[in-house]
Order: sequence, then structure tokens, then C-alpha cells
Amino acid sequence: MNNPQLTASGALQHLLSVEGLPREILVQILDTAESFCGVTEREVKKVPLLRGKSVFNLFFEPSTRTRTTFEIAAKRLSADVINLNIAASSQTKGESLLDTVANLSAMQADLFIVRHAQAGAPHLIARHVKPHEHVINAGDGRHAHPTQGLLDLYTIRHYKKDFNGLTVAVVGDILHSRVARSLIHGLSILGVPEVRVIGPQTLMPARVEALGVRVFHDMRAGLKDCDVVVMLRLQNERMRGTLLPSAQEFNKHYGLTAEKLALAKSNAIVMHPGPMNRGVEIDSSVADGPHSVILPQVTFGIAVRMAVMSIIAGN
Amino acid sequence: MRILIANGRIIDPASGRDKVGNLLVDGERIVALDAEAEARSRADHASRVIDARGLVVAPGLVDLSARLREPGFEYRATLESEMDAAVAGGVTSLACPPDTDPPLDEPGLVDMLRRRAKAQARARVYPVGALTVKLKGEALTEMAELAESGCVAFSQANEPLADTQVLWRALQYAATFGFPVWLRAENAHLARGGVAHDGEVATRLGLPGIPAFAETIALGMLLELVRATGARLHVCRISTAGAVEMLRRAKAEKLPVSCDVGVHHVHMSEMDLGFFDSHCRLIPPLRSTRDRDALRAGLADGTIDCVCSDHTPVDDDAKQTPFGEAEPGATGLELLLPLVLRWAEQEKLPLAKALARITSDPAHVLGIDKGRIAVGASADLVVFDPAAPVRITAEGLKSQGKNSPFLGYELAGQVRCTLVAGNPVYESAAR
Repeated sequence: MNNPQLTASGALQHLLSVEGLPREILVQILDTAESFCGVTEREVKKVPLLRGKSVFNLFFEPSTRTRTTFEIAAKRLSADVINLNIAASSQTKGESLLDTVANLSAMQADLFIVRHAQAGAPHLIARHVKPHEHVINAGDGRHAHPTQGLLDLYTIRHYKKDFNGLTVAVVGDILHSRVARSLIHGLSILGVPEVRVIGPQTLMPARVEALGVRVFHDMRAGLKDCDVVVMLRLQNERMRGTLLPSAQEFNKHYGLTAEKLALAKSNAIVMHPGPMNRGVEIDSSVADGPHSVILPQVTFGIAVRMAVMSIIAGN
Repeated sequence: MRILIANGRIIDPASGRDKVGNLLVDGERIVALDAEAEARSRADHASRVIDARGLVVAPGLVDLSARLREPGFEYRATLESEMDAAVAGGVTSLACPPDTDPPLDEPGLVDMLRRRAKAQARARVYPVGALTVKLKGEALTEMAELAESGCVAFSQANEPLADTQVLWRALQYAATFGFPVWLRAENAHLARGGVAHDGEVATRLGLPGIPAFAETIALGMLLELVRATGARLHVCRISTAGAVEMLRRAKAEKLPVSCDVGVHHVHMSEMDLGFFDSHCRLIPPLRSTRDRDALRAGLADGTIDCVCSDHTPVDDDAKQTPFGEAEPGATGLELLLPLVLRWAEQEKLPLAKALARITSDPAHVLGIDKGRIAVGASADLVVFDPAAPVRITAEGLKSQGKNSPFLGYELAGQVRCTLVAGNPVYESAAR
């Protein structure tokens, strides 16, 4: 099967998922991001790689952080950024997804940044855009959030230098998490020997072990000797109901406390894609503690998104 | 009209006949076979001779599920387009499920559909009536009235019947009159929100899943109710290895049950979803390769009685959406024969045995005297070239539904001629 995100010559045409990305492209993105980290610290934080290009932020689902970081990243590449709050516009008038995209395409778009509640929506758009147009998935349903996965990989590489020999634990709502899926694929491509997922059975997708992970229902056992602990956000609507009885009970068994973190390696890092529910999946003492790299993740996120956009659509 | 079909390989799955010969049609019936057919046509001058040398002559196909989209969904397909598709696919009898708009829950609607279909003078249409009013699963329909107007069975189509009390009463009531009930086995609560098989692929693609046990749990309940009520149950579109095993046991127990599988499920699995191919959004979902292999084995050993097209025309707009929002279903009338031939070839099955699953076996489930070749039988026939390639393309399909995961495939099995009640209702331009 053709990989829909690569051109015939194997270059990156769209970024739809981390799954199926060749290792070289992944490393290229991380290396490029590293070079942009310098830019973001300069006084004039701009490079002209996307000058004259139009980037459309197409968010069919609300998001502040991801949309903003994409916007900042595009502006630092000197692109023109157009933000569309689709939830409040034509989709509610019954326009189809492809019609919306066709209309924007007629306005000379170069790059679509797409977030959608349905898995596969960016793939659908990528199949229908013109050859010079590119699609970056900014999160589709439970499927993928590749730039988040890449920034997580970047963060791990930044602090751990090497992926070989690492043990990484992803904790919480794996079932609904596109972040977890993208990160797990990335870790596996980069050769991380042990990836663990930790959570109750109700928050594990079917046959999750087929993704190449070890499943733990006991968080203490799962955290033992980990180098990296990635906490996932638990959505408010899932805290009570058929998947979990209460946020308190979840916190007791799967919330990251300083005491549980002590089971991991002494130099372990703690990550979280945000926004955090303090006191639910993570205690403040850990979120603000010495192991936390949660805020650097956000900064790296801009560099990683600059890297992806410049590699895909750069002049 | 008198038609001699000469020198064809005449296959009658019901009797096991598979040999070259002649077949004479007079009026609506088959009147003679082999030497007698030739002698009689020579004496009385057949008005027409169809040269079937190198071709197979088989009973017209009987399809247990084809949505004609009338009434209510004429923008997706019309009776005309779908009846053309049926005969182009060699289908001469078809049952249509009651999920029209409004659903087939009143005799007047059934009557109208039958009359409209009859006026087309193509395939025979057997309406399946709604088991409950508006298919809502709350109140029983007037089954006896509906049967009088021509309903051959009663069904919920793809609509759930979650209330077990209603299900029990519906089976009791149908059993009272001896009406067969056709139901899918799917627990509505477990299937809620799901769009794909709850397995490896759905996990990878992030699609909400429907677990295999949504089918086996529902089937267990249905079989238990059959034991309690004695209702004649036909289980539609099974999709799991577990269901095949349960039905194998139910048949050994001599329960009055039969079942079918959709033709796509005989060939495809969750793996075919690829990168969210919405043509693979089907009801039930395409399941694991292990399930698919169990379905194929069950079909070969007769645990599964028939294959149906589960023909569901969906327009392009309703498929050009993200996978989870796409309307489920695939076009199938014109793919049924080639896909069954493909299965037979892959499994090295005798043609007569494979054809039984789309002719005599479904006719038996329908309770109609069709799907066989014998002197005195209805001249519902299909003449096809089993080796000739057919490329599946949107332009090539007569159905208004171009939604097929097999678009672009080249399959073998070209229909040359279809006769319904002795009338050549379809002849391919190829020859």
C-alpha cells in the first residue's frame, strides 16, 4: 500500500501520522527542530522559509494550545496565517468537509493544518488537495497527533540523548489518546526497547499489545525503573460513568504522585501533553517538581512544528 | 417465446448436475433438457437459439438482501437502476429488506413496491416486512396482513431490537403463523458508537470498535429464544468465527435456523480498511482475518447457508467523508457472482457447490420454488463465462451505487445473458 504522506520519491508531502514514517525522516525532523531552537531564542525570531506561503489553520474541534503553537511556528517561518474557527462557520450550515477545503484551496492555500473529531479526516483531505498543497494533521479523533508525538520524541531525545536502552511508560487514558498512539509509533520506529502502557482495562484499546507495548494495570509495577513517564490527560467527561467511577479513584490508582514517581529511575523525566488536571492524573508536586519537563515540551513544540512545516513546504 | 440454449455447461446445484447439454425454454418454463431439448427445438423451431458453447448455464441467482432504495431514497438509487443492476449481475430473485423510508410496515407500501417491481419485468422482488412498527423495536407489525400482501419474512434490517421482551413476543407471534424471522445478531448496547471491528486495526486507526462478542452474545440470546418459541430464524450477515461455531452447534441440535454472510465478508477483513477506506465501512464491520477464514470454512461446509450481496447503494457524497461519518454499505448485485466464483476458485470448490450458495440454498431459505434447473421449473437462468474478466469500474456498474471496495479490480465471471420467466432481460453487449 502506498504511504499517503510521502511523495513518489519518498519525501514528506503531508504529515498525517507518525506511523509509517521512515526513520530518516523522523530524525531529519528532530534535527531540523534542533536548529530552530536557536531561532526561537533570538531577538528577531524569524526565518524566511515560508515567506509568501499561506497557512490555513483548519480547526474543526476547539483547541487553544495546538492552534496557537502552529500559528507561532508559521509566523516565525514568515508565512501568512489564517485561522478558521470552523465549528462556528460553514460546517454548521451543512457544508461538507471537502467543500470547505475546496473553497479554501481556491483562496490559494499552501498548507492546511487540520484538527478534526473524526479519525482519518486529514487523510481524506490529503487525498483531495492539489499537488502543491500540503496537509498537517493537528489531531484527528483517537487516531493521531503526529506533531505532538514528534515534540514528545524531541523532548525525550533532548534529555536522554539516545533512544537505545530506554524504558518509557505512557499512563492513563490510552483508549481515547491520539497522543499515546503517535508517541508509541515514534518510539518504536526509533528503536526504544521497552514501551509500557499503564491504565485500567476500561481505558485500554482492544489488542493494544499489537502496537508493541507491554500492558500494566498496576501503576507501581509499570513505573519501576522507567526513564520517561508520559502522563495523559483524562477528559472531564470520562471521569465518571462507565469507564471510571470517579476522578478520585482514578487519582488514587493512576495519578502520578512523588511517591509513585520514586519507583522510576532517579533521573526520570515526566511529560504531559497538556492541559493538565492537577490532582487527577498528576499531582502538583510532580507537575512543578524537578523531574517535570512539561513546560519545555511546549517550547520544543514550536520548533518541531517549524521543522515539519519547513520540510514539507519550505522554499 | 421458445428459446434453445445450446451446448452450455448446465449446472444445477440442487441436483448436482454439471454437464454440457441443451436447454429448451417455452414461455415461462424450462420444458426440455439435453437430447430432448434439441429434438424438440428442431421439430418446433425454437424462435431463438442462444449459443452457450464454453459458457455456464445456471439457475438465476437468488439474493437474500438487496436494497432497491424505494420508497424514500430515490436520490441514491431507483428501482429502475437497481433492477438493471440485478439482471446484469445474473440475479433473478431478490429479497429487499424493510429499511426503506417509510419502512415496509404497511401492506399498502409492500403492495406498491411489488407492483412497481413487477412493472419493470426484470428480477423477481420478494419484500421482507418490518418486524416492528417503523422498525423501532416497540410494537409488532400486522404480520399476517403483510404476509398476505407478499412479505416473505420479517426483519429489523439493521435497526436494533434492544428490548428483549419485544423480541421474545415478536418471535412468538411470528411462530404462531409460521412466518420466518430474519435478524442480524448484534447487541445494540455493545455496538453503540462503533464503526469498525474492535481489534488491532481499529486500535491503530483510532476508530471506535464493535467487539466480536456483540454478535455472539446477541446470537446466544436469539438461539435461546428460538428454543423457547420454535420460531424459524434466519440469521443475517454473520461476521465472526464465534457465530459460525454457535450456528454449527445449533444446526446439529436441529434448531430451525439458517444464516447468511455478506459477500464482502467472504473476501475482506479489517486489514482492508487501509488508510480509512470508507468503502470498507460496512455493517457488520469487516472483522479479523481469522473470522473471515471461519466464514469461508462455514460457507464451504454448509454451516452458512447462503451468500448475499447485501447490496446497498450509497452516493459518493455520503462516502467522501471521514470513515466514521461515512454511510455504511457497498454496492453488490453486480459483484455477487464474480466474488462467489473467486471464492470457489480460491478454495478449489466444485462450481455446483459454490453456486448452490447463491441459487438453490437461498431459494430454500426464501421458501420459493426457484434456483434450480429442471423440466417444469421457472426459466430463471443466467448464462455466464466463468473465466472472462470483468473490470469493476464506476462507469461499468449499472447500479446507481458506485460504492465498492473492489473498484479497479479485475474479477472473473462475465454475465452474458439473464432470463427471468423465459424472457431475456439482460444480454451483454460484449458478444
